[in-house]
Amino acid sequence: MNDPLLRVSQLVTHRRGPFDLAIDAGECVSLRGPSGSGKSLLLRAIADLDPHQGEVWLDGMACAQIPAPQWRRQVALLPVESQWWLDDVGAHFPAGDCPWLTRLGFSGATLSWQVSRLSSGEKQRLALARALMNRPRVLLLDEPTASLDETSATALETVVAEYRLENNAAALWVSHSAAQAARVATRHYQLTPQGVQEGEL
Amino acid sequence: MITLSVFDLSLAALLVLILAALSWHMRLGLERSLLVATLRMVVQLSLIGLVLKTVFATTGLLWVSLMAMVMLLAAGREVMARQQRRLKGWWGYGLGTGAMFISSFAVTVLALFTMIGNQPWYEPQYAIPLLGMMLGNTMSGIALALDRLTQTAWQQRAVIEQRLMLGQTRTEAIDEIRRESMRSGMMHIINAMAAAGIVSLPGMMTGQILAGAPPMEAVKYQILIMFLIAAGTGFGVTTALWLASKRLFDERHRLRLDVLSAPRP
Repeated sequence: MNDPLLRVSQLVTHRRGPFDLAIDAGECVSLRGPSGSGKSLLLRAIADLDPHQGEVWLDGMACAQIPAPQWRRQVALLPVESQWWLDDVGAHFPAGDCPWLTRLGFSGATLSWQVSRLSSGEKQRLALARALMNRPRVLLLDEPTASLDETSATALETVVAEYRLENNAAALWVSHSAAQAARVATRHYQLTPQGVQEGEL
Repeated sequence: MITLSVFDLSLAALLVLILAALSWHMRLGLERSLLVATLRMVVQLSLIGLVLKTVFATTGLLWVSLMAMVMLLAAGREVMARQQRRLKGWWGYGLGTGAMFISSFAVTVLALFTMIGNQPWYEPQYAIPLLGMMLGNTMSGIALALDRLTQTAWQQRAVIEQRLMLGQTRTEAIDEIRRESMRSGMMHIINAMAAAGIVSLPGMMTGQILAGAPPMEAVKYQILIMFLIAAGTGFGVTTALWLASKRLFDERHRLRLDVLSAPRP
């Protein structure tokens, strides 16, 4: 049995936890739990955005051993609401050409669009494309389809699955919908006051 | 030089009194704060006149340093008071004061030693007014820049964190905010230099001319002062912004807005 790609052990953040979980390379795991149970906080702590106790391991390397910016490029967090700080979309893609744009329903011309004219759904899909440009090994997805219609949601689910398989990457998918969790993930975590528990949907 | 008598000053004060009466008559509600500020100005300036008279008479390094320290600490307090969200603990006071100490003191001492070159170098007639002008200007610059930095970082925390999520370093993530803050801290001295002589006659130069100095001498002094103020403000603002923006993050490049205090009501 190989080591998991991502392992979280005894993680305590904002007085929640301790949380333990493990995800293998190429695997997608769902994470569900009532609002306010700390799903987003758990993802933030795994991305090392908040001070926390406990440790997170990527491929046997502890988070504390890797410089934080490098860690966040490998363990990418896609927040519920993405932020854009420059005027046009392309400026947020310094590497230029982005192979995921067409698969997400965009074209090369999208890069010249103004950020101020994007819908929330467009922002969400472009945020995924932007995050994938770092070639992350783990994706932390915080309700990624909350603002999407059915077609766009399916496109996003497909791109995440393809990326995962092509790059042997892992994904932790926070979702409120049991149907979506069943569709995208092979294992399912539930966030409870006692910690993270694996179980059926 | 023509000395002013108490009568001359009373005549000018009468103008302010008339203005206050007018404000009261027209119910503008300005008379109270106008009179309080006028009274404060007269008392404070008279006191500082007495202090300067004593300090000038001693020309001891100890007294000049003491006076300089009081001025620095007062300026530091002023910088802190102008922050909406200041750094908690000693940082709130120490950061602005430290930055002013480095920039204003260093530039003033340098100017006294090398450019003005009077004997002794700390002669209060030169040292105190020079330091006062430096502190006054770096103070506004640092206060504006720090306020801009902490306010914008607070408002744009989601953007900063998004940039961190994408793997940017703390320096990259706050880069634009720091540049904006630098601009707002330096704008006033840059504008003052651009407008000097055309729109406005700088106060110090006017004072020297009124005191009977030849205009070209006054101009040379003013140019020197402008150079010193620009450099001092620039170094001070840079230092303050560098330290403050470092303080906003921890060693794991996390945005730590918990180092800021809540805004005053």
